Amino acid sequence: MSSLDPRVNRLDFKKITDGETHTNSHLITWEVFHQDKRGKQVIHVGIVHAPTPDMALILAKEQYARRGKTTNLWVTKTSDVYTFATEDEDIFETTPEKHFRDPAYYKVRDRIEKFQKQQKQTV
Amino acid sequence: MSNALKNLLYKMADDALVIGHRNSEWTGIGPMLEEDLAFSSMAQDKIGHAQALYSILNTLFGEADPDTLAFKRQEKDLKSCQFVELPIGEYDFSIVRQFLFDHAELLRYDMLTQSSFQPLAQLAKKVKGEIKYHVMHGDTFVKQLGNGSEESKARMQSALNYAWPYALGIFEKDETDAELISEGVFAGEDELKTRWLQKVTPVIEAAGLKVPATDETKIVYGGRKGFHSEYLKPMLEEMTEVTRTDIDAEW
Repeated sequence: MSSLDPRVNRLDFKKITDGETHTNSHLITWEVFHQDKRGKQVIHVGIVHAPTPDMALILAKEQYARRGKTTNLWVTKTSDVYTFATEDEDIFETTPEKHFRDPAYYKVRDRIEKFQKQQKQTV
Repeated sequence: MSNALKNLLYKMADDALVIGHRNSEWTGIGPMLEEDLAFSSMAQDKIGHAQALYSILNTLFGEADPDTLAFKRQEKDLKSCQFVELPIGEYDFSIVRQFLFDHAELLRYDMLTQSSFQPLAQLAKKVKGEIKYHVMHGDTFVKQLGNGSEESKARMQSALNYAWPYALGIFEKDETDAELISEGVFAGEDELKTRWLQKVTPVIEAAGLKVPATDETKIVYGGRKGFHSEYLKPMLEEMTEVTRTDIDAEW
């Protein structure tokens, strides 16, 4: 379908079905991390396509930092990220019965109250 | 003095409005998603700068409101340089224009942070960060494409050669220039041009490109006096198309 806007050339859908598509495959991806306050941890926010780290940063700025407070961004090659295999996801499943690993398991409330009472008396 | 100040505000505001509109023409058709978004966002920044400058004209000089100044003036009333009104062309030209124009903008606003005219000094401090990013964006792309393939290098050099006499037209002086200098409002177009050449030259060289030779007789002047190329009128017609359908509508 041609566009009503003469400047715009739309993707030809026939070309897609014939297997000819436009992709960003000549560009690698970069993982983007966002920091909203100096000293705070950076948080992963997404990816950008770019040929170099400079270009990745320049492009990440408008994708991920144009709204809200930002103090810095990090980018790193997606291929530099080392991860577990998807099929190993089961290693993260932990049995729920291990109460001894749960702080709530340790009943210290009465001991705290006793301590507070003691403090009050000494004042 | 107030005429000299108004003249400065108008040319800065009109430059920002026209380049902002031109660059927004890439929205939706940019070379890649990330860049489409970045370039559009920067175009919006420019419109914001224009609005801030028109607001100063409105509140301190009794000129019309910003919307009227942006949408209801004639081509001959615009003080923008001819460089900003040129069509977006291919992406090489748009990037080269951003690179050359925004270096001048950053230096101009940087000089204006010292201005004796406080409203402009304050605005300059506020927008400097945005324009600094525009310059980083332009520098990065120019270096990337200049050092890229044979085709990208050739395209960048020819875009640069075409843009050069227009870019030098940014620094067109008029009779108000001396007054602004003596009143400490702005250090002047000649000073700006000198600083600009010092900034763009090393980037062009780092991009593996040649700084075009300057032919003084070919510099495209006129915009600051309201003389424009054949490209401005159609652009203004498109930009004001919606406004003109109902001239008194409230938005």
